[in-house]
Amino acid sequence: MTDSTVAAIAEDAIAAERAPRERRWIAVALVAPALLVVGLFFVLPLVLSAVSAFTAGSAFTTAHFAKALDLYGRDLAFTVAIVMLSTMLIAVAAIAIAAYLTLGEHPRAVAILRWLYRWPLFIPFVVTGQVMRTFLAKNGMLNHALIGSGLIEPISAQSMLDWRGIVVAFVWKQAPFVTLLLAGAMAALERQHIEAAQNLGAPRWRVLVDIVLPQVKGTLLVGLVLSFVAMLSVLSVPLMINPNSPTMITVDVAYRINTFADYAVANALCLLSLVLAAIGAAFYLRHAVQQNTRS
Amino acid sequence: MTLAGRFATPLVRALLIALFAFAIFGPLANLVLWAFAEKWYFPSKLPLEYGFTFWQRVFSPRGNALASLGTSVWIALLTVAVSLAVAIPAGYALARLKLRWRGLILLAFLLPQAVPNLPVYVNIAQVFYRIGLAGTITGVVLVHASHGLVLAVWIASAAFASIDDSLEEAARNMGASAWTCFRTVTLPLAAPGLMASAIFVFLESLDEFTGTYFVGVPDVMTLPLLMFNASMGGNYQIASITALLLLVPSIAFMLVVERFLKADVLAMVGR
Repeated sequence: MTDSTVAAIAEDAIAAERAPRERRWIAVALVAPALLVVGLFFVLPLVLSAVSAFTAGSAFTTAHFAKALDLYGRDLAFTVAIVMLSTMLIAVAAIAIAAYLTLGEHPRAVAILRWLYRWPLFIPFVVTGQVMRTFLAKNGMLNHALIGSGLIEPISAQSMLDWRGIVVAFVWKQAPFVTLLLAGAMAALERQHIEAAQNLGAPRWRVLVDIVLPQVKGTLLVGLVLSFVAMLSVLSVPLMINPNSPTMITVDVAYRINTFADYAVANALCLLSLVLAAIGAAFYLRHAVQQNTRS
Repeated sequence: MTLAGRFATPLVRALLIALFAFAIFGPLANLVLWAFAEKWYFPSKLPLEYGFTFWQRVFSPRGNALASLGTSVWIALLTVAVSLAVAIPAGYALARLKLRWRGLILLAFLLPQAVPNLPVYVNIAQVFYRIGLAGTITGVVLVHASHGLVLAVWIASAAFASIDDSLEEAARNMGASAWTCFRTVTLPLAAPGLMASAIFVFLESLDEFTGTYFVGVPDVMTLPLLMFNASMGGNYQIASITALLLLVPSIAFMLVVERFLKADVLAMVGR
């Protein structure tokens, strides 16, 4: 052992004595810049939003909320309905695909599905909007496929660029994301339980419902809550597919600002959508708490 | 299984897969058709004429596409630089050092993904307008970075956490300083994970619409905004061509994501 290593070991021993307090400060210093960015450019604007929504001049008021609900109450209900419906359809699609990827017995079908499902994963919302604008239009490929296969008459072809278009765009874009998370969680499960159940003769849907799904419920919820929140704040898709009333809250916010520079009502609408997101998050938190108390 | 069932099952399976393929690729194929359509009226199923006239228009010096592409890429690169500069130290501290309220800090970095972003963009646009950052590249980069940071911190932290500490200890025992050890051992080992987080941040910035829509107007014209304007103006060809340009990096990354994001890093996300 050379002198320098001895010295280094000694130094390390001294450092270890001193470490707790000093290293804690280093850790704080390393995290601080990132926290500052989030604080300044995310938390602060959120606080300003609340201030703006509740004040007129310098007095407290709830008038902006009254106006927002009066003008856009219907759109708020429309937004809730669209996002809830989309979330449910995403859950169904993600469970179906992930389940087949995990329990499917035909290796080639599983491989094809695995290759297929993730294409929309990184396609931005704004491009999804444009894609669906062409696909779901009266002259779009969907109608031509339906007419070509004899499912509908040419005369009954109709544009789906309304609430249905928004839902289709949301599900097409977000289902692969939830599927990716869910399939990952399912792949990490212990195969023994699944195999044991299958050996006992349980049909695949029973294995899915009784053994697989209960173990990946948390992952599914995280994916759904993140999608729910993302869909609540998407502006491009509703603007491009269905900009006329009734439409989604995000379109109304943009309209209040661009047309009237009415930040107060816009912020009241924003806070209302925050409340919706909070309700979504509460579902997740309740599940997480249950999970913690059980384990 | 009955005899009929034995033949029916593969048929049903093939049919379902074909339907699924149509659901995924139908919309994309429609976009590609529009990009090459010279003329396309109802009720013809396919474009009446194909050609590159609109591509020439998009890429001509007077078309704004190339300038917008340049702006978008420049903003995305700056966003990656800003995000990683603050996310690498933060990720390292969260993964390796003792930190009080670690869970709370990780949660704080989740905020921008877990809260609707619209109120943030609306109000930051107002603040930026007052301090002269509205309509500037800097303003847009700051907005993109605060959003991209989340992914960057979480992935960086997971990448550092997946490294075996005994390698660092070995380096330290041989007399390397903390900085040398980080630079020559930790950082190279975490590089694939950090690369993945850089690509995520890059793509998110490249594709970002709402923030740029509020903060960037009227001077910063990114590719998504250009696409949106073309689409709303009813010019489906220009919109589809621009959309295809935006799709290239997204799909390229989708195909290689697993090479960068190894299972061992994915398993550490959020731990």
